[in-house]
Amino acid sequence: MENIVLEARNITKYFPGILANDHINFDLYSKEVHTLLGENGAGKTTLVNIFDGLYYPNEGEVYVNGKIANINSPLDAMKFGIGMIHQHFMLVDTLTVVENVVLGFQKQGFRLDNNSIVKKIQEISEQYNLKVNPYAKIWQLSVGEQQRVEIIKMLYRGANILILDEPTAVLTPQEIDSLFLIINKIKSDGKSVIFISHKLEEVLKVSDRITVLKKGKVVGTVNKEHATEKELALMMVGREVLFRFDRKPTADGKDILKIENLEGYNDRGVKRLKGVNLTVKSGEIFGIAGVAGNGQEELAESITGLRKSSKGKIFIGSCESTNLLPSRILKKGVNYIPADRIRTGLIPNLSSVDNAILRCYMRKPISNTFTVNFTKAKDYANKIITEFNIMVPRLDAPVKLLSGGNMQKLLLAREILEEPILLIAVHPTRGLDIGATELVRKKLIEARDKGAAVLLISEDLDEIIMLSDRIGVIYDGKIVGLVDSKNAQINNIGLMMGGSKNLNVQKG
Amino acid sequence: MLGPTLQTILINLLYTAVRSGTIILFPTIGEIFAERSGVMNLGIEGMMIIGAFFGFVVTYTTKNPYLGFVAGMLAGGVASLIHAFIVITLQGRQVVSGLALTIFGLGITNFYGQRFINAQLNVSLSRFAIPLLSKIPIIGIIFFKQDIFVYFSYIVAIFMWYVLYKTKVGIQLRATGENAAAADAMGVNVYATRYFWTFFGGLLAGAGGAYLTIVYAPFWLDGITAGRGWIAVALVIFAMWDPINAIFGAYLFGSIDALQFLLQARGTTIPSSLLSMQPYLLTFIVIVIASLIVRLKHIGVPRELGLPFSREEK
Ligand SMILES: Nc1ncnc2c1ncn2[C@@H]1O[C@H](COP(=O)(O)OP(=O)(O)O)[C@@H](O)[C@H]1O
Ligand SMILES: [Mg+2]
Repeated sequence: MENIVLEARNITKYFPGILANDHINFDLYSKEVHTLLGENGAGKTTLVNIFDGLYYPNEGEVYVNGKIANINSPLDAMKFGIGMIHQHFMLVDTLTVVENVVLGFQKQGFRLDNNSIVKKIQEISEQYNLKVNPYAKIWQLSVGEQQRVEIIKMLYRGANILILDEPTAVLTPQEIDSLFLIINKIKSDGKSVIFISHKLEEVLKVSDRITVLKKGKVVGTVNKEHATEKELALMMVGREVLFRFDRKPTADGKDILKIENLEGYNDRGVKRLKGVNLTVKSGEIFGIAGVAGNGQEELAESITGLRKSSKGKIFIGSCESTNLLPSRILKKGVNYIPADRIRTGLIPNLSSVDNAILRCYMRKPISNTFTVNFTKAKDYANKIITEFNIMVPRLDAPVKLLSGGNMQKLLLAREILEEPILLIAVHPTRGLDIGATELVRKKLIEARDKGAAVLLISEDLDEIIMLSDRIGVIYDGKIVGLVDSKNAQINNIGLMMGGSKNLNVQKG
Repeated sequence: MLGPTLQTILINLLYTAVRSGTIILFPTIGEIFAERSGVMNLGIEGMMIIGAFFGFVVTYTTKNPYLGFVAGMLAGGVASLIHAFIVITLQGRQVVSGLALTIFGLGITNFYGQRFINAQLNVSLSRFAIPLLSKIPIIGIIFFKQDIFVYFSYIVAIFMWYVLYKTKVGIQLRATGENAAAADAMGVNVYATRYFWTFFGGLLAGAGGAYLTIVYAPFWLDGITAGRGWIAVALVIFAMWDPINAIFGAYLFGSIDALQFLLQARGTTIPSSLLSMQPYLLTFIVIVIASLIVRLKHIGVPRELGLPFSREEK
């Protein structure tokens, strides 16, 4: 029998107004990968943050190697051999890999002894096949490489229990495979891994046991051998989930959005768009697949006029719209669901009513020349709220109090009810639970069926394949491949997302 | 070739420039380190004048300038702890708290300084020449025949550069100002780090003030720091948060200050108020240029400058 290295008994954690963890019991054997599976907001991150000493539980205890462990800080966690790799990497961009690895590591003297650290990093790299240049600054690395730095950092400190919070969210399918190899190697070295995900397929691939969380409670723990995707989905969501959508056949619409050789820079002055070419027709969803940070957000911002492009042309309808003011572009019938729904999409401190009318407060019936008719505005907000099934505490409560899913539904409703000619949706379901995700996807397909041209940008490859009629793969600021979603192969798309060039791809 | 008198005047001018620059070099370095840890302290002017006051009074009563200097430093350090408590522990607004500290410093020294107005210090600080280095033509006289506090400022600048880039403490400091959550997750005590460097900033602001009233202008006047704290704030940007760059910035301002001093002493026809304006005009120009460079190059600015840190807050 294996021995238990980590155990949580009756862990309860409150946040203001939220019970994030509700009497959770969890255990981890040595040499095991134990997955925490659950929708967004289920409390997975909260639980592992408690193991890492970032949060302190309101009730319950954590045991390490059979003894009660009082973990008050990440430093304490390290002493117990627990190392966590956060969903949002805990790396300092402007420091080098070496500097990040030794940051906060108490051993050794005052001076930084680069050589011995580099040597140790290289040993770890070789042992676990974690390739990275120790002298590079973090901002120069790809997301996959940054993740490797995170893993090295923990192994450098001698972590025995490795926690990986949604590590696959930012990786290409190939990178995911190599991560799984690394995880297996770590396991066979006698260490244990807590793996977090909400993607069923990969969970079944990598885990030994799976514990499903829902609304802060443990639904159950199953061995991999006894688990199926369908059953896990049912445990996770509590009802049957639609994995497919009905849709009309693709219409052969006219070109709505046409982009020619578009180039542009990001906020830090780095060139992020390096000659994008694409066309989106009415009545189709054009999905852009790609790993985060390959120019997706800059592209969306260039089309909507929020970012100046340095070269190339954008046509909407038949008129050129390159570098026009956003207000002029929106007037052409363009609607936009930005990646950052809280700050760009909504105004967090204003009410649901105010946010709902942001697009139409200048027009009748909401406005009468000078004043806003608040009775009409309220009616309009109420209509949206019922139609999109949005939960709000009060109509006049600031929207920042809404959960992520409800915020997104409000934003989507506001944009989609304008009956756009061109709809640009960036990560429209990121961070949403399955229910809200389903609704958002359904509405996007509805917009398409009504004849809108939809540009969908998402890091969730399954979502892209599920929703799109055509798929463009973006890599390093260019569309490197065009695929018809009917014969899309996830493997090929994955390779293109990782920058592989020599592929036989159909040209669009 | 310059005529001998002109050369003497010029060397004298630069010699004074270094002394005047020292007054702002100390606080600039201090603020660079506080800001590197994520804490902006606009209370430099206040901490400087508190340091100037204590430095003056202790030297005046004990006749010991070294004791006075240490007292000035400590007074600045203590004043900075007020700011630290407000912005680190209570998570107050850094700009507001810093401005309040400046107003507080100016006010309290005005109140307690009344009876010292126009009092003079009768201590003279020995200068000593550094062997070898002082023999270098021109440079030697300007930089290496100074008093001990000036040498101390050189050591501080160079040593702190080393600390910043070559030591673990430096990494912790930079990480805390760039990404406090990451530093915290890696076991760095973010609060302690910020307290320490804010205090350090206060010590050096106090040092700058003390140097002013003990050495550069050994008498007491109301508001004697005359906005030098604000110049330091600007210099931090000009130096791009690097202690070695701070040396150049400080001496540039020192030169302008020395020049207007010289012109006033020689009785030019330019109104003295226009002359005294020069350092501040230059501050303005420098800060515009520096901000443009920072914007263009996206370097230097600690990313989480001015933001409070709290573990459980989202
Ligand atoms: N620091 C925090 N402050 C307030 N609420 C939080 C905090 N962290 C998490 N929550 C809330 O606790 C719940 C569980 O969140 P989390 O553990 O992040 O879920 P998961 O990782 O499973 O997506 C969510 O409703 C979330 O909004
Ligand atoms: Mg999470």
